[in-house]
Amino acid sequence: MADFTLTKDADGVGIITWDVPGKTMNVMSFDGLSELNDCIDQALADDEIKGIVITSGKEGSFAGGMDLNLLAVMKEQAGDDPAKGLFEGTMKMHALLRKIELAGMDPKTKKGGKPIAAALPGTAAGIGMELPLATHRIFAAENPKAKYGLPEIMVGIFPGAGGTTRMVRKVGAIAAAPLLLEGKMLDVKKAKGAGYIDEIAADPLAAAKEWVLNAKDADLVKPWDAKGYKMPGGAPYHPAGFMNFVGASAMVNGKTQGAFPAAKALLSAVYEGALVDFDTALKIEARWFTSVLMHPSSGAMIRSLFLNKEALEKGAVRPKGIPDQSVKKIGVLGAGMMGAGIALVSAQAGMEVVLIDRDQAAADKGKAYTEAYLDKGMKRGKVTAEKKEAMLARITATPDLEKLAGCDLIIEAVFEDPKVKAEMTQKVEAIIPEDCIFASNTSTLPITELAKASKRPDQFIGIHFFSPVEKMFLVEIIKGKETGDRAVAKALDYVRQIRKTPIVVNDARFFYCNRCIIPYINEGARMITEGVKPVLIDNAARQLGFPVGPIQLTDETSIDLGAKIARATKAAMGDAYPESPADELIFWMEEQGRLGRKAKAGFFDYDENGKRIGYWHGLHEKYPLAEQQPSLREVQDRLMFAQVLEAVRALEEGVLEDIREGDVGAILAWGFAPWSGGPFSWIDMIGAPYAAERCDQLTEKYGERFACPPLLREMAEKGQTFYGRFAPEAKAA
Amino acid sequence: MTEAYIYDAVRTPRGKGRKDGSLHEVTSVRLSAVTLNAIKERNNLEGHAVEDVIWGNVTQVMEQGGCLARSAVLASDLDESIPGLAINRFCASGMEAVNLAANQVKGGAGEAYIAGGVEMMGRVPMGSDGAAIAVDPSLAMETYFVPQGISADIIATEYGFTRDQADALAVESQKRAAKAWEENRFAKSVITVKDRNGLTILDRDEYMRPGTDMQSLGALNPSFQMMGEQMPGFDKVALLKYPHLEKINHIHHAGNSSGIVDGAAAVLIGNKEFGEKYGLKPRARIKATAKIGTDPTIMLTGPVPVTEKILAETGMKISDLDLFEVNEAFASVVLRFQQAFDVDPALVNVNGGSIAMGHPLGATGAIIIGTLLDELERQDKETGLATLCIASGMGAATIIERV
Repeated sequence: MADFTLTKDADGVGIITWDVPGKTMNVMSFDGLSELNDCIDQALADDEIKGIVITSGKEGSFAGGMDLNLLAVMKEQAGDDPAKGLFEGTMKMHALLRKIELAGMDPKTKKGGKPIAAALPGTAAGIGMELPLATHRIFAAENPKAKYGLPEIMVGIFPGAGGTTRMVRKVGAIAAAPLLLEGKMLDVKKAKGAGYIDEIAADPLAAAKEWVLNAKDADLVKPWDAKGYKMPGGAPYHPAGFMNFVGASAMVNGKTQGAFPAAKALLSAVYEGALVDFDTALKIEARWFTSVLMHPSSGAMIRSLFLNKEALEKGAVRPKGIPDQSVKKIGVLGAGMMGAGIALVSAQAGMEVVLIDRDQAAADKGKAYTEAYLDKGMKRGKVTAEKKEAMLARITATPDLEKLAGCDLIIEAVFEDPKVKAEMTQKVEAIIPEDCIFASNTSTLPITELAKASKRPDQFIGIHFFSPVEKMFLVEIIKGKETGDRAVAKALDYVRQIRKTPIVVNDARFFYCNRCIIPYINEGARMITEGVKPVLIDNAARQLGFPVGPIQLTDETSIDLGAKIARATKAAMGDAYPESPADELIFWMEEQGRLGRKAKAGFFDYDENGKRIGYWHGLHEKYPLAEQQPSLREVQDRLMFAQVLEAVRALEEGVLEDIREGDVGAILAWGFAPWSGGPFSWIDMIGAPYAAERCDQLTEKYGERFACPPLLREMAEKGQTFYGRFAPEAKAA
Repeated sequence: MTEAYIYDAVRTPRGKGRKDGSLHEVTSVRLSAVTLNAIKERNNLEGHAVEDVIWGNVTQVMEQGGCLARSAVLASDLDESIPGLAINRFCASGMEAVNLAANQVKGGAGEAYIAGGVEMMGRVPMGSDGAAIAVDPSLAMETYFVPQGISADIIATEYGFTRDQADALAVESQKRAAKAWEENRFAKSVITVKDRNGLTILDRDEYMRPGTDMQSLGALNPSFQMMGEQMPGFDKVALLKYPHLEKINHIHHAGNSSGIVDGAAAVLIGNKEFGEKYGLKPRARIKATAKIGTDPTIMLTGPVPVTEKILAETGMKISDLDLFEVNEAFASVVLRFQQAFDVDPALVNVNGGSIAMGHPLGATGAIIIGTLLDELERQDKETGLATLCIASGMGAATIIERV
């Protein structure tokens, strides 16, 4: 069975149907490209065919994009010159799409071509959008679920099958830039406004057929192939275009903090392409596309944010042989901020939710969070009154524990006190079914300890959410010593239901994510005590691609929380606790009453609305600024190594079982430099030998916390990479 | 080694660079020819007396394009055997023309040159020649491009200059320029621009606002705050390069930045034999020249390192210099120069500068060399330095010494 087939109808329309066997959505493969090429050749050569319609055999969708293995094939086929393979492979795609666009017309008169239209039953993304863009007219169904767009930038590349060049020529650089740079998928109406689609039709196939049978020669000539073409909004050296292009570089630089190679490459392809004819522009696009694919960042991003994220979502680490554990009725204990968020996402996923707090008012307040969320959705036109009613009806807010009867999953989000948690566990276990799984959303307490309160510790697990629950993409699942496979499967199936990405780690202090975030924050605090400018610390982090710097992050999460964690950890660890000037600073800030954003005073000054005005300079009376400030690079290395060494130690200690989880988790949980693909990808990128050497330098200068973990030392000596050693099957694309 | 001497320096008055400016009706070629002819006439030169005309100009498109130097020569009374070389080092183009000419003379390539430049900013707007560094993402993003006004504000932020300091410098520039005109201090250099019929078009700088005070400047809004903080947000780009700064302090506005004007200037440079041949007395020798590249983001700090370079190369100290011309592209540029070398502000831009009288980009470098020489002669002092900051991060300097 082929991906593409050509049929002829009675009116003389050749219909090319894309229908990849065994897939719910079409993806473009190496073979698919050559089949499409053959179909086009045949249809153009066949005199009985007057016009051509390209459509999909899948209900409700056209195509999801490129099979990313195709890129690997292109690289491999060129042997020791992968850039050549990628460039030539890309140029072949351009040739095919250009053949569709020119449709056999006379190159001089632009006459005699065969009309080619695209009929899209629904979603078209990536090359699934770039192929229609090469046709003469794009018809899409009135399908409210469908999404259209070019999301390549999300995984660190950009549209490289002509999508960049065609959109820029079709709508102008300024209109195309946000589409290409943000990679947003749009619904059919917005897609039409954006220029992805030409017409919305009840029956796109019929409309497309009618169009190809009636199209005139002039209808087939793209504006950029016609004489006197002018780029909408102006080319770079047109007076209006000049200002736009100056602004574009500045905006992208500012927004990405210069830390995103794909954005630079995309913008360069747009600029350089805008200065030349269409075919030369395609060649330029191919060269930049190749350079982005050759950049280690794109491979690492595709691996973490596309391949491995999807693999984890599809159950890559789910215990084998456990039947489906989908949750039907969930009990959420504690209706505070976390509990309210958990109730929201659970109800959204169609589960019946019992939201418990100590009195009715507190429970209602938790439910009101969902109501407020839905009201906001209604204002934006994203939520209907029926949907709101149905979702709220699924949440029962009550202080009555008896209502938990019949739950198959409990998530406890009560006060972070082992005694309180133990008491709740016992009370609730008396009511819930024997096979119910009990989970704690603790972020600081060891699961194995909490499980001691349970009479069924094999059914006890940690499900650690990040705040705000409805916005954060990652859920960290923690196995206690006695946690059984069914509990893990249950947690994973639940996370799949609420459409988030899971990682599964073993129990240890702060699990995986907080274990890495805390040293990051502490390193920032330490630098302040050394007299480093706070703004330099935060900017250094931002230029690494972190959404916020450690100083600002401390204000956001609040100083007293940091102080509380420090005190609790110290109490738990006793003499083993490493004394740190970072703690001194945090305690001092706490004494000053500068508790962070919530107090409208922290490392920043705030106005009465809680908006940051600037850094608080009173800090420097206690910690004077050093005359000699460190280089940006030095600050960045300290912040980076503080985190990645903790990730390596988590792997060494078996807290992490899979480096893929370490990478995906870091990006999704705390925004770890997305361009790097995660902590392990980053070390692979800089190389273990260099990383080990840098550890030694940092240790000498700043202390033992930068000591090179034995595993990394060994890998440095052997010249190994993490993905080579631990996940050879998870190759970068 | 052969010495290169300045025999004469002329400049046109500076007209407002807009359509109600007096020079707006004059073409770039003609204004250039007016200055070339003035040099020829004032010094009784033959048409073939010089080796070449080196002509600075920044926006080399339209009437200023197509090798403006050659067009200017052909439009002037010089012989067609004089070729013409158009050059562009942005704001230092006029100075670079003089420096190139001097070094050609010193190297023995010809006896004399006319060097200078022109910019008709009202006729050929700044920026209309495009600039890859501003729009080519692979360059603009890698070099953290920001417009000059933002750069001037980065200097103010990085080196701690306040709006008041900048405004005070601007007030002083206006005061000094007004006084210089009052006392006819520019008489030696300024030529009258006349039409074909001998009628006067402009005979004095018309951009100046002599009444300017702190209060009137205080009413002006910062010019670069919007583009810095909002669209498209150049401050974020600036902070990528200067991550230790919290924010950019926007202190510059139309009143403490250089004015947009039309104007031209020319300098006659030759060796000793040339002077003897035409019976001319050398006014000064060009002791040293220098140029340098600097960080393109802060862009306008060039005068400091280029001065350090020229001092090192000549074995001089800053105290060996009697007077300074530091082009007033923006107030912070001059403030930074004064701060770096701790020089007495009374010795810097004695007769005002580009803030008061305007900055015809391609000509200014030649103008300030002439102004410096006039003032050295007036005060009967020996040695002076002229320097300019330059777009894209460059600096240029010339030291002249009276003979």
